[in-house]
Amino acid sequence: MEANTKRAIKGGEFLIRETQASEIFIPEDWNEEQRMIAQTCREFLEQEVFPRLDEIDSMKDPGLMPAILDKAGALGLLGTSVPQEYGGFGMDFNTTMLVSEVFGGGHSVAVALSAHTGIGTLPILYYGNEDQKKRYIPKLATGEWKAAYCLTEPDSGSDANSGKSRATLSADGKHYIINGQKMWITNGGFADVFIVFAKIDDDKNLSAFIVEKSFGGITMNEEERKMGIKGSSTRQIFFNDCKVPVENLLSERGNGFKIAVNILNVGRIKLGAAALGGSKRSISIAIDYAKQRKQFGTEIANFGAIKHKIAEMVTRVYASEAACYRAGQNIDDAYAALIANGVAPGEARLKSLEEFAIECAIMKVHGSEVLDFVVDEGVQIFGGMGFSAEGPMDRAYRDARINRIFEGTNEINRMLTIDMLLKRAMKGHLDLMTPAMEVQKELMAIPSFGEEAEGLFVAEKRVLANAKKAGLMIAGAAVQKFMMKIADEQELLMNLADILIEIYIAESCLLRVEKVLTQKGQDAEGPLTEIAMIYLHGAMEKIAACGREAIMAFAEGDELRLMLLGLKRFTRIDPYNLKNARRKVADYAIAKGQYPF
Amino acid sequence: MKILVCISHVPDTTSRIAFTDNNTKFDTKGVQFIIGPYDDYALARAIELKESTGATVTVLNVGLAETEPTIRKALAIGADDAIRVNAEPVDSFFVAAQIAAQAKAESYDLILMGRESIDYNSGVVHALVGTMLNIPAVSPVMKLDLDGNTVKMVREIEGGTEQVEAAMPLIAGCQEPIAEWKIPNMRGIMSARTKPLKVVPPVAVESGVKLQRFELPPPKGAVKLIPPDKVEELVHLLKTEAKVL
Repeated sequence: MEANTKRAIKGGEFLIRETQASEIFIPEDWNEEQRMIAQTCREFLEQEVFPRLDEIDSMKDPGLMPAILDKAGALGLLGTSVPQEYGGFGMDFNTTMLVSEVFGGGHSVAVALSAHTGIGTLPILYYGNEDQKKRYIPKLATGEWKAAYCLTEPDSGSDANSGKSRATLSADGKHYIINGQKMWITNGGFADVFIVFAKIDDDKNLSAFIVEKSFGGITMNEEERKMGIKGSSTRQIFFNDCKVPVENLLSERGNGFKIAVNILNVGRIKLGAAALGGSKRSISIAIDYAKQRKQFGTEIANFGAIKHKIAEMVTRVYASEAACYRAGQNIDDAYAALIANGVAPGEARLKSLEEFAIECAIMKVHGSEVLDFVVDEGVQIFGGMGFSAEGPMDRAYRDARINRIFEGTNEINRMLTIDMLLKRAMKGHLDLMTPAMEVQKELMAIPSFGEEAEGLFVAEKRVLANAKKAGLMIAGAAVQKFMMKIADEQELLMNLADILIEIYIAESCLLRVEKVLTQKGQDAEGPLTEIAMIYLHGAMEKIAACGREAIMAFAEGDELRLMLLGLKRFTRIDPYNLKNARRKVADYAIAKGQYPF
Repeated sequence: MKILVCISHVPDTTSRIAFTDNNTKFDTKGVQFIIGPYDDYALARAIELKESTGATVTVLNVGLAETEPTIRKALAIGADDAIRVNAEPVDSFFVAAQIAAQAKAESYDLILMGRESIDYNSGVVHALVGTMLNIPAVSPVMKLDLDGNTVKMVREIEGGTEQVEAAMPLIAGCQEPIAEWKIPNMRGIMSARTKPLKVVPPVAVESGVKLQRFELPPPKGAVKLIPPDKVEELVHLLKTEAKVL
């Protein structure tokens, strides 16, 4: 019975539903096998990647990256998402996220691995017919063939469907002839298989093709010179009368844009997971340095200003991690429910991801921004050595930056979260209207203090419930005001997205802490309540600030005053000594000498 | 050929070491446990021999139920089956007696283990088992190759190496570079849970050794840095303050 209610959760529903701690998956729930897989990934990085980071980034040996991927393939690590019948290991989605997380600490290798196993392999796995899957997936799962994904063009980035690449049917009807130019192609330099998006004739929508390098008609520019992930092969690729057999059209004609969008859902949440791995590694390196570096006669880890940084780094990663695997489990549960209803596995994977596309976009934005915060503060903790190209923070700082750009810029993803939420409301898939109307009523009424619930974090849960009301109040008023033209109010959408993101992450963080405390009681390790409080306070500050900006951008007169008062009421939170809380969190992490959870 | 690899369940090399119960017990709270690194070399060599000769590899650990994840990691790395002697490994003599009891029943051709565990580092278990079974025990072995029934080994000795040969059955205490540590692959991890892990009761042993207490090394004192051009000051301080000259 409980499993059934769990599976009924809809994407985006967190905004209008009170989730119980017992419902969410938390990283503390990993089983022995999952932990062993993560450990294998860690050992792989330690053995094959970390000792060669400079060599990898120098790109002097173009064979090095494919050789590293081969080694990952030999360990089976390229096939975790692939079902056993196609030579993989058929792990559930959350386990594959855990693999992404650990590899996320692998700098350029992380990017090569995720491009191959994600956007390179999954389009065939999810959309390919049986023949295509049999021909390509087993070779991709072992790494015998490497894959790349060719969507972006010089004039077509975020606006992916505007690409100019064309495919025309050959006179004998046996081939599509592809012409066009693609850029920023990860793994381009060594890939054997390319997923290429192009429009057939003058179609409105893209189609997708499986293109083997051996088909010919493919040339490429030199490696791009980049700010970070320098060891990741990134090429501009030209298709000049590239002859692709008609049986290599993926899915149906005109389905390419849908494929691109849906595959990006996976890419986004996995990027969020990978960012966790990068963040954890940088935190550990920064703590290690803070414990060694002495100034004014003591280790800098003893200073409050440094503790503040360490505590914020740890807290934000903890919270992001909580949300990431909560969403991952929701996707797994939705998949299981679809399979139980007789949906085919590939389609079930896609539908389950599509259902939680809002959460996927949230995790992409939050994960990448936490990572950038962590590496930035990491550089700061290292001081002058942080700015040195000889130190470890230099690479971490440069490599992190791309994450806010690729897999859909964070701006695009922010707009998507609100766009998808509103579309679901309009389609009647998600009832935002009823709770939004209730908030309107509550706004006009005298505040009620209601009955006190029992259990852990009662006050904090009320704070979160109010934050949701704030979000609904502003979103509801904005939609009424702008109707369909809200898409033009990008600044407002950014504000609303930030409110939505902070609600999801703060709630996940609080629920994770609650679940650990409930499960372990006195044996729970670490200043967990402090972490939940630090994150919640920060989130409420942000929600209040974004809410204010948003309201001021469109409301006037009485409405403006009423909404600002409402916002104040809905973002109220009792005082808490955050300085002491941060010191506790930092002291715990410093004693452990690394990211401590 | 039958190979037995004895593995210890030890704290990760980066663990913070603390004691409880009046400094008589290691504090395991928050400590990550791993296969003893030297045992891991022994296991890696055993797996190589399995691949080249078709030998079977059994791993053995003396420990309580909490060591099973460590044992399953050894199965994931490639061992065929495992034995856990269900007892706290109180000291080297006790552990050796348990290994000897199991080995007697199964007559292994080769018994490999690390040169020492990295928790209590006694480094005598291989020799004790050799004595108990009345077979040769060689340690520390850096290289081990088979030539029919003969085992050719290279030992590390003070300032050099020593080449030794012995006929099987024998025991070797291993160290690097006998083989490279193996990372468990996905197939291994997934098959680990279905491989046999037999739990057996310990044999009764009275070692007569009783642990008194542990002591942590004193915390590092402050360091004084003397500039390289002030040798006289250094000599003076070594004489008057450090009193080592």
